[in-house]
Amino acid sequence: MNEQHKRAVLVGASRGIGAELARALVGRGYYVALLARRADALEPLCAELNAGGEENARFYLHDVTDYEAVPGLFQAILSDLKRIDAVVYNAGVMPAVGFSEYDFKKNKAMIDVQLLGSLAWLGAAAVLFEKMGSGQIVGISSVAAERGRVKNPGYNASKAGFDTFLEALRNRLTRSGVHVLTVRPGPVDTELTKEVGGFMMVQPDVVARDIARAMGRRGQVIYTPWFWRWIMLIVRNVPSVVFRRMNF
Amino acid sequence: MLTSVERSLPISNLHRFDNFGHSLKTTAYRFCPTSVEEIAEVMQTARRHGQTIALRGSGRSYGDAAVNAGGIVVDLQSMDRVLEWNPESGVITVEPGVTIEKLWMHILPDGWWPPVVPGTMRPTIGGCLGMNIHGKNNWKAGTIGEHVLSFDLLKTDGTLLTVRPEDDLFRFVIGGLGVLGVIVRVTLQMKRVYSGYLDVCAWAEPDLKGMLRAADESRDDHNYVVGWIDCTVNGAALGRGQMHTADNLKPGEDPDPGRSLQIEHQVLPGRTFGLVPKSILHRLMAPALNNLGVRAVNQAKYTLNRTIGQNKTYRQTHVAFNFLLDYIPNWELAYGSGGMIQYQCFIPKETAPDALSEVIRRALKHGLPNYLGVLKRHRPDRFAISHAVDGFSLAQDYRLTRRNRAQLEKLVHELDEIVLEAGGRFYFAKDSTLRPEGVRRFLGEDVVRAFKRLKNEMDPEGVLETDLYRRCFEPIGAVNARGQL
Repeated sequence: MNEQHKRAVLVGASRGIGAELARALVGRGYYVALLARRADALEPLCAELNAGGEENARFYLHDVTDYEAVPGLFQAILSDLKRIDAVVYNAGVMPAVGFSEYDFKKNKAMIDVQLLGSLAWLGAAAVLFEKMGSGQIVGISSVAAERGRVKNPGYNASKAGFDTFLEALRNRLTRSGVHVLTVRPGPVDTELTKEVGGFMMVQPDVVARDIARAMGRRGQVIYTPWFWRWIMLIVRNVPSVVFRRMNF
Repeated sequence: MLTSVERSLPISNLHRFDNFGHSLKTTAYRFCPTSVEEIAEVMQTARRHGQTIALRGSGRSYGDAAVNAGGIVVDLQSMDRVLEWNPESGVITVEPGVTIEKLWMHILPDGWWPPVVPGTMRPTIGGCLGMNIHGKNNWKAGTIGEHVLSFDLLKTDGTLLTVRPEDDLFRFVIGGLGVLGVIVRVTLQMKRVYSGYLDVCAWAEPDLKGMLRAADESRDDHNYVVGWIDCTVNGAALGRGQMHTADNLKPGEDPDPGRSLQIEHQVLPGRTFGLVPKSILHRLMAPALNNLGVRAVNQAKYTLNRTIGQNKTYRQTHVAFNFLLDYIPNWELAYGSGGMIQYQCFIPKETAPDALSEVIRRALKHGLPNYLGVLKRHRPDRFAISHAVDGFSLAQDYRLTRRNRAQLEKLVHELDEIVLEAGGRFYFAKDSTLRPEGVRRFLGEDVVRAFKRLKNEMDPEGVLETDLYRRCFEPIGAVNARGQL
């Protein structure tokens, strides 16, 4: 009889939303595979999640820009966990960018991490889930995906690409019984936003709870916290003639 | 903790593998070799990637015998040639992917039939040997292993052995669950038949005692003996059902054997009552697959048998009599998304009446009567991993749902105790719930130790593994050499 614990892979799990989501999912009975670049962040998190004696979490060191490594690592994780029920893509970088700055290296880094990395990981997940006829893909996108803004064009572009890819996956995979969840957080108080701050910041554990709940309910697109849905409705519809003169 | 792999298995090889009852849905990397060389190549690939391999034929096992979640599955269905056939002597040599269906279709027009067949023609010969299958004629004919003249075994180190009945390896590999090596070629002795028909007799018995007595008394006089038991009733009628016996016709009894032995004559009708196309039948079955529905159907079946069907004698083709599971295509889908499990216990004749009635009663007490109960008469065999006893088996189908899962697990473990206490045994083609202690109890410590010792000799790196092997023969909770749970 099928093992009852669901298994989730969290790409970008050592801190911030990823770490909180790991805690929330383990709390809901998941076994998790945590991926990040640094052992010094992953080890204590794993120790904390395994404190009860059961092996709820294992970690794997991985830099998402090492695209060639993805199939092999995916295989190793599948072999270790025996089954994968959900893949969460949470990796992201957001270097501070000046108003008149167009640093190609910084922009490329954001495309590499949050867009190209997601193509590699979620492509592999899509193949697996389509064959299984079940499964869940979760993409931690952003409200920044919805409109290009003055603050950080590279970040907008990377998240917009990621967001559209998620939508395309949803359209493709729904007929195979696979669920794709797009999460659009507003600014969250984590390492990512340390340099820049943000409007109406919230704590990552609040966001993680929203995500875990949406995963259980098979939500499609969620904003977290909830009020961002209405803020973005307005933001999306401000006519360009006005918007392009704002500093938002 | 990163396992850095230089090259990875192609993600496009990922494939979904269910068990037959669809209670398990797994994924693994699929390879479909068609020759000994290709199989050896896959074994090398597995070794390079630190992966294990499960061998798989048609995947008709009800449990996890042919799955390897997260690993590699070698699907041998494409290795399916008939290599040699002698219509005079009835000796046939086949590749392991040949199905029972392909086998009987090849030999019947020449007047031969496989000596042992399971209830469906879909399994492969390799799988049949791996499980050492039995049929409705187990008392008279034994298991399929008793009709194997020789087989070729490919070891995980690439060497090829020919194994004969006098070799010790013979009684371990047959029934050996596909973990000792890959059977790549089999030579079997077929059975001579003089007609495409069997003479069948059917009658109703009012209770379990009657069913067991009927099965026992029929065993020497008939080729095939099988009973259906209504497991939804308690009290005085507990174990009531219908017995069937079947016999091969002797030479001359069939006025036109040339016609009855033709394949077209054997094929199951495509439409039920000439109206309903068979392909949708399982959808019509689905609404009745609950306690009330099955009780009603069983009541109707039993009453019909007692009245219209009582003591009927009629002729039925080999295919129609033997392959009952193939009547309704994809019938297992009618059990819904949770699927089903089958529980089959083999009980010695001395303890059978008490143990079997307790099994039926206990399921009713849990509110989980099985939806199909099949009774057979068995004789012991000399194979190491053996399910057979001088006694009876009762095969039971249980529907599995999210709601009943915990209760069903509890029931099954209680039934295990009843069976083991009665000196009973289990059959790995059906099992989904046994654990190492239970396995050790019915096989015996000596057999398990000998099997594991042989496994270490034949496959020291542990390349060949299935979920079933890990569940039944490895200690619980151990992490294997690869650091896997």
